[in-house]
Amino acid sequence: MHETDLTKALILTVKDWWEAQPQKPKIEALHLVIGHFTCVEPVGLQFAFEVQTRGTFLDGVKLQIEEIPLIAFCHPCEREYRPEIGLKYSCPECGSPMEDIRSGRELKIDRIEYSFLTQETPQETVSYASNL
Amino acid sequence: MHQTFDAALGINLLHANQDGADHNREHFDEWGMICLNVMSSPGAGKTALLEKTLAALTDELKIVVIEGDMTTRLDAERLEQYGVPVIAINTGRSCHLDSKMVAGGLHQLVADYDPTEFDLVLVENVGNLVCPAEFEIGEHAKVALLSVTEGEDKPLKYPIMFQEADCLLITKTDLAPYLEVDVDRIAANVRQMNPNVTIIPVSAKTGEGLDVWFNWIRLQLLGLPQFRVKHKFFDSVSA
Repeated sequence: MHETDLTKALILTVKDWWEAQPQKPKIEALHLVIGHFTCVEPVGLQFAFEVQTRGTFLDGVKLQIEEIPLIAFCHPCEREYRPEIGLKYSCPECGSPMEDIRSGRELKIDRIEYSFLTQETPQETVSYASNL
Repeated sequence: MHQTFDAALGINLLHANQDGADHNREHFDEWGMICLNVMSSPGAGKTALLEKTLAALTDELKIVVIEGDMTTRLDAERLEQYGVPVIAINTGRSCHLDSKMVAGGLHQLVADYDPTEFDLVLVENVGNLVCPAEFEIGEHAKVALLSVTEGEDKPLKYPIMFQEADCLLITKTDLAPYLEVDVDRIAANVRQMNPNVTIIPVSAKTGEGLDVWFNWIRLQLLGLPQFRVKHKFFDSVSA
C-alpha cells in the first residue's frame, strides 16, 4: 500500500508551500496529475488522503486527480499509439517495442486552489503533526 | 466575497524521495562504489542469488549488503555467513525501500567502516513487484528478478518493474523443464516494453548463467574511475 507513503509525501510538500505563504490561505483543492503507467491507484490515493488529513490543515480539502493515458510514439511508423496495459506494449502496426513514452508516467502535484478567510482574524495554529 | 486563487506547483509527488536518492548516489560516487538495487516478487530467489554472488566475488571485490525486509532478519543472517557487512533494514508496514531508509543504512556503514574501502553495495529490496519500481534509492542500476515459476505473463502485468530494469535475471531455469513455461516468451514480453535490458537466464542451483551475471557486475564497476585506481589489475582491460 504505497499510496500511504505517496500521500505522506503529498501532505509534506503542500505543508511546505502553505507554511511559506505570508498569510496562511485556506486550501480548497489539490490538483494532481497521475499517469496510467505508474504504480498508483487514484482510488487508493483518495482514501489515504482522506484518512491522513483528518484533523489537519488539509481536513476536507478536495483531491482532484486528473488521469493521463499511456501514449507511446513508434519511430518506425512515425505515429503515436496507446499500448494496452496488461496485454500488449509493442506497436500494434509494426510490432516495434515501446521505447518512447510520451505520457502516462506523470506523478505530479499540478496546482493548489486556495482562498483567504474574509475576516481579518489570524488563523489558529493548526495541529497536523500527529498523523504525519 | 469568496475569491479563489491558483498556485501552479508542478512538483513531482516523489521529489523528496528523488532528492534523497540523488544524495545517496553522490555518496556512492564519492566513495567509488557501485550500488545495485535488486528487486523481485517474494520468493523469486534474490537471497539465493546474493549468496552465490557473495561466495564468488568476495575474494575479488569488497562488498556490503543492505538488506530490506518488512519484519525479519532471516535473509540478513543467511548473507552474514559470507563474511561481508550486512545492514538490515526493517521497513515495518512499508512495502519497499525508499531513499531515506537506505540513507539510514549508509549512516550505519559510515559509523562502522571506511566506506571508501568498498566497491559494491548490493541492496536487496523488499519482495514486491509493484512498489519498489517507483522509489529510487540512489542506485546506479536496477536489477529485476523473475523466476520461471511465476509465469510468462508477469512482465505484462507488472510493466513498470520490467520497464525500469537495466538487467533482468530469469531465475530458477533448472525448473523450466517441469513447467509449461517458455523462457524466450518471458524475454520477448519484457523486450516489448524494454528493448535495451540485459537478460540473463540463471539458476542458483545448477550455476547456469551465474558467470554471465558476475561479468555484468564487473562491467558496471569498470565504469567507475575510482574503481580502476583501487584495482590496478583492471587497467589493461579498461584502457
